[in-house]
Parts: sequence; structure tokens; C-alpha cells
Amino acid sequence: MTRRQRRLTMIGGALLVLGIAVALVLNALRDSIVFFSTPVMVAEKHIPAGKRFRLGGLVEPGSVVRGEHLKVTFKVSDGSASLPVTYKGILPDLFREGQGVVAEGALDSAGVFEADTVLAKHDETYMPKEVADALKKQGHWKDDYGENAKKAGDEKAAEARQGKSVTQ
Amino acid sequence: MIAEAGHYALVLALGLALIQSVVPMIGARTHDVALMNVARSTALAQLLFVGLSFLALVTLHVTSDFSVTNVYENSHSLKPLIYKITGVWGNHEGSMLLWVSILALFGGLVAVFGGNLPLTLRANALAVQAWVSSAFYLFILLTSNPFLRIANPPLEGRDLNPVLQDPGLAVHPPLLYLGYVGFSISFSFAVAALIEGRIDAAWARWVRPWTLMAWIFLTLGIAMGSYWAYYELGWGGWWFWDPVENASLMPWLAGTALLHSAVVMEKRNALKVWTMLLAILTFSLSLLGTFLVRSGVLTSVHAFATDPTRGVFILLILCLFIGGSLALYAWRASSLKQGGLFAPISREGALVLNNLLLTTACATVFVGTLYPLALEVLTGERISVGAPFFNLTFAPLFVPLLLALPFGPMLAWKRGDMVAAAQRLYAAGIAALVTMAVLWAWTRGGAAFAPLAIGLAVFVIAGSLSDLAERCMLFRVPLSVALRRARGLPRATWGTVFAHAGVGIALIGIVCESTWNTELITTLKPGDVAKVAGYEMKLDDIAQRQGPNFREMVVHFTVSEGGRVIGAMAPSKRNFTTRAASTTEAALMSRGASQLYASLGEPSANGGIAVRIYHKPMVLLIWFGPLLMAFGGFLSLTDRRLRVGAPKPAKASRALQPAE
Repeated sequence: MTRRQRRLTMIGGALLVLGIAVALVLNALRDSIVFFSTPVMVAEKHIPAGKRFRLGGLVEPGSVVRGEHLKVTFKVSDGSASLPVTYKGILPDLFREGQGVVAEGALDSAGVFEADTVLAKHDETYMPKEVADALKKQGHWKDDYGENAKKAGDEKAAEARQGKSVTQ
Repeated sequence: MIAEAGHYALVLALGLALIQSVVPMIGARTHDVALMNVARSTALAQLLFVGLSFLALVTLHVTSDFSVTNVYENSHSLKPLIYKITGVWGNHEGSMLLWVSILALFGGLVAVFGGNLPLTLRANALAVQAWVSSAFYLFILLTSNPFLRIANPPLEGRDLNPVLQDPGLAVHPPLLYLGYVGFSISFSFAVAALIEGRIDAAWARWVRPWTLMAWIFLTLGIAMGSYWAYYELGWGGWWFWDPVENASLMPWLAGTALLHSAVVMEKRNALKVWTMLLAILTFSLSLLGTFLVRSGVLTSVHAFATDPTRGVFILLILCLFIGGSLALYAWRASSLKQGGLFAPISREGALVLNNLLLTTACATVFVGTLYPLALEVLTGERISVGAPFFNLTFAPLFVPLLLALPFGPMLAWKRGDMVAAAQRLYAAGIAALVTMAVLWAWTRGGAAFAPLAIGLAVFVIAGSLSDLAERCMLFRVPLSVALRRARGLPRATWGTVFAHAGVGIALIGIVCESTWNTELITTLKPGDVAKVAGYEMKLDDIAQRQGPNFREMVVHFTVSEGGRVIGAMAPSKRNFTTRAASTTEAALMSRGASQLYASLGEPSANGGIAVRIYHKPMVLLIWFGPLLMAFGGFLSLTDRRLRVGAPKPAKASRALQPAE
């Protein structure tokens, strides 16, 4: 083979691999990405039942009902709309009423969001970033969400201090 | 006082880095040996001062000095000593300080062990290293100073994020950073070579040990992080395709490609331009990883920082170094002479294929990680790209890579013989087919994918072993001769065998775990028995216990198999009072390479508790594979060819230093 042929083989091979990779990526992007919505966006967009998406918002206080066989129902709200969610399994450690949550799943025919994953990826202020941004965008963000969490921590620190002085 | 001293030491280190980034370069231009040697002393002095600064922060954390913001926010006087120390890098400021400390450590190592390098190359490389250090010192001092004081010192700290209070934190970030930052050396050498406009096979020989070292640490760091996530997060996953994980996987993929292309450059003086590019890209991806994790652009357990000035600052550093080095590359690379012709079917050709597939796989991870960010910036739409995306893109690219892997070492340099290589892989191919057939028969009705993938893994492992058998002529000469030949093989050959076999072993673990994993989620009361994969787990009692800075609920299980008690498991749920947060501590029991995994959920009203029990077959192989790869890397690193064979600079005649 001449130098030129060798080079062409190499370049051809490289382009082939790259082409396959691009095809794979485009195909995967079409089928396997998941969009993020808040309850009000769900109401506006009329997402069809069975289409997977991520739902984010705050767990409505007082809405968490634990049933038989680890079934849990709760409502996710973003201030202007709320959506009932069912989930079967163990909720993450940081799941609690009034705090932010992100759930992945799809709507069923009755308009209830059936979650198969509830995400626990919170930062130290217990607010998933998507949820915080969405709430801010819709004007429902209260600056004290983050502050409250901090304050709670400080109060606990104070309690712990008192506890310590008692034990001493 | 200690805080101020630590701060001052950091400022001094910045000063030294600034000198180091200019003076040696002038020296290299004007061929002034004295100026060039400045690099060596400043690199060592810099290491000393950053070391002091780091020690100061450790001291502040250990002595619980809550007048320092960083200590107040991340420590607690009741925290166990080990977490007081590891908590130093369990937060943004401290982990950046660890980052620059390791950067300075590598600079110092080049200064000490770089005696065999040409003086100009060493001076230039250390200067480039100092540019990176200076940028990061400025970043720390201007946006993330760990030594800030609080006006009214509180009595108690806010404690470390409970998830991070684990021995994993002691090992994972330092290993990962040793890997990430270690690639800065190959970057600095590449940029130095581009500045000089001169590059040859010897360059690859100098750079390879450093790249190999960084790669070993990164491999261990990623594996360690994966195991940590597996046992700490409580749902038994070991890889989530989380952007933060991808951030460490991308430099690993590029670094693996770099290791292989540097071999071609060293042996055959070919692929020079490409190797330069890979060296630059690998460290750029490390910087990108630092940006993704440290700027807080991602939602992740790792992103503590939400301060936008930090993000913008790191983005600037990122653009400056990646843009600058790529521009320099575009300008100078064409002047590098290409050498070493080779046929497409040859050892070089196989390594090119390896590089092509690894970098393409890296590119798909890059797209999957950054596409959501780009889309959000452009359209405001939020999407998540998860495991399905990567299974559809990353996995198909790894199949040809693994298929081709055993052929590479069998081919000769320059022009290889495919038929001969295939003949030598006969046994490996048969072993793979037999494995597939047996598994297929055994799992009738199961997924066809698993037997195929395990067959592929067996092919990789058996292929590596047959390479070894070929080289020591096993079965063709008497056993004693073969053993003598095996002992005489270069360590790098053994390293290749172990590293390649490690890939196959990890693949077996991955496939077994994801295909035959059994999961049971249920509510149990004391006295109840759960049955998982032939094991019976009896819940004995639910107890409360007080830890140093947490309360925990421990559930005791007795595990038996076929009526015979084989041990006990005690998963727990910890409540950290200070942060009002809880963590799940899973209990693990290893049975061979498989594991039983138990973690707890919420207590139920009727006195029971929700538990999650998994049986994970062959799961330990997932981490044993990378360990083997790292061991292979270590063997190669100790190969005498990598140090004694390094060409000497024209005038120096003293003994060459090992590069470790």
C-alpha cells in the first residue's frame, strides 16, 4: 500500500467510527432523554399518559399517606398547581413534607403521576436545583427557603450545645 | 494565628508560582542555566508553602477552631478525629486547597526526579505547571479562601454533611485528585514541547511514567468512588451516569487513550501530533471536571458551591488553558515532523483503533453530560440524560474495542499478520464460545445479552492469558523453560496482561450484577423472615444506639442458608442531630464475589420497618477489575525499561533517576 492509501484507510476508518457514534448519539437523544416539568407545566402542556418525565416541586404538607406494602401517595405542588403522585418502595432519607422533590415516572390514565424513582439529590439546603429554579421562574420562590434550612441547622446546633453542657 | 499563617503561606506560594511561571521560560529562551534552574527551587519551595498552608487547615479542623468560617460550616467538636481530618477536603474551599497541594506535589516530583530531562524541557514544563498553579492559587485566594475568620466565633460548628462522614472520604478525593491533577504533568510537557517546537520519541518515554501514575490513581479513585456510592447511598447502585461521575470518567478514557498512543510514539516515533493533542485534551477534561463539580452548575451531592463568581472564575481558567493550549497546538503542531509509517493491520494500527474508540466513547459521554446544560442555556428547557442514553451510545462503542483488544498485543509492529494473530487466539475464542453456550443453556429463557457479554469478557481475559502463554512458549517448550521465560518477560508485558484481564473481569461483574441482581423491598417485624436468592434473613430486633454525633437505629438480622446460620447483618439508619439529616448505613455480607446487601427505610406504624435486601451476584468483580488494572499499571511503572532505557541528555552522564 502506498502512503496515500494507508492514510485514506485510516481516515476512512476514523470517519466510519465517528459516523456510527453520531448516529448512536442522535438516536439515543431522540429516545432516551427525559424532560423536567412542574405541576403547572404538566397542566399547561397536556403531557400524554405513559410519557416519561421528571416532576419537580414541593411535597405538599399533610399530603403524604403511607399505605400497605410500602405504597406512598403524596402531592407535589409548585404554588399554583399540584399533582398527586404514587410511589411504591422506600423513599430517600431526605424526603420530607414541605421540602423539594424530584420524581421520575409517567402519568396514568387517571392523571396520577406514577413515580418509579424519587430522587434524593439535595444540596445542604434541601432544595433540588431544578425545583428552586422552576419556583423562582414562576415567582413562588421565597428567599427564606434556603434561609430556613440554615436556621434550622443553627437551632439544632444550639440544641446540641445545650445537650452537651447538660451531659458535662 | 494558624489561620493567618496558612493564608500567608498560600500567598507566598502564589508569589513563588508567579516567579516560576516566568523566569525559567526566559532562561530557556536565552539558554541561561541559572535562570532555568530557578524552576527547580521555586517548585520545591512552592510545595513547602502549600504543604504548610494545607497543614494549617488540617490543624484548624482538628482543633475545632470555629472562629474560622470553613471549620464552623463543616465541622463539629464531637466529630470523630478521622472525619475532622477528612472533613478538610469534604467542602469546596478545602478540596480546592487539596487540589493545588497535589498540583504542587507533582511539580515538586518533577523538580526532584527530573534530573534526566533536558534542561530546557524541564524549565518550560515547570513554568507551564506554575501557570496552572498560579491560576488556581488566585482562584482560592480571591473566591474560596478557606482561612476566613468569623467576627463572633460560635461555640459549635454545623457539622459535616453526614453522607460524607465515612472512611470513603479519606481515600476517594485524594486518589481522584492525584489522578486528575497528575495529568497536568503530561499537559505541561506537551505545552513545553510545543513551545520548543521539538519533540521526539524520548519525550514519550519521559512522559509515560507520569501519565501512567496519574492513570493508576484515577482508576483507583473512580473504582473507590463507585464502591463508596454503592454502600453509602443505600440503594445498591454503583454507577449512575451522574455528571460528576462522568466528569471523572472522561479524563480516564482520554488518559487511557494517551497511555496507548504514547507507546506508539515511544516505540515507533509515530502519532506524535495526536499524542500531543491527547495530552492536552486529557488535562482539559480534568479541568472541565473540576469546573463541573466546583462551579455548582450541576445538581449533585458533590456540588457544594452555589456561588456564581466561583463558577465564572473557573470557567475563565478553563477557557484560558484549554483555548490557549489548543491555539498553541494549532499553531505549532504542523511543524512537528511525522515519522514511522505503518500498515493499517499492525500493532500501531490496533492502537490507533483503540484510541479512536476510546476518544469517541469519551465524546459520547461528553455530549451526554453537557447537552442538558447547553440546552438549558439555549432554550431554558430542562432535560435529564440518564443511563438509557449511555447504554445506547457508550456500550456499543465498547463492544468493538473489547473484541479488538486481544488482537492488539498479538500483532507485530509496523506490519502485522491478522491470520497469525487469529490463530493464536483460537483457544481464547473457543473458551469464549463455550462460556456463551453453557450460560445460554443454563439461563434458558433469559436475556441473550448476558451470555454474549460474558463470552466477550472471557475472550478478553483468555486473550490476555494466551498472549502471555505465547510469549513464554507455554506447552511448546518444557514447563521449566516456560517458567524461566515468564520470569524473564519485561514487567510491562505482565502489566499489559493484568490490565487487560482486569477489563474483562470488571465486565463480568457488571453484566452479572445488572442481569441477575435480586431485589426485595418489604416491611418486616421482629421475628419475620425474608427469603432472597436462597438465603433466609431473620429480623431479630430493632435497637437504638447513640454514636458520637448521631443517634442510630440498628436492625439485627441473622442470615442462614439452607437452615444453617452463616452470619449476622446489621444495617442502620443514622440521625445526625446537628444537620437534622439522616443517612442509611447498608450492611454487606460477601459470599465469594457475590454480596448480600441490606438497607433500611422508614419504620412503619405497626412496629415493623421497611427494608431493602439485594442479592448481587459477582458484584465485587466490578471493583476487582479496576484494582487489577491499576496493579497492571503499577507493574509497568516498575519496568526498568521505563527508567534506565530513557535516553540521556547529551551532556549529563550520571545515573538516571526513577520517575516515580
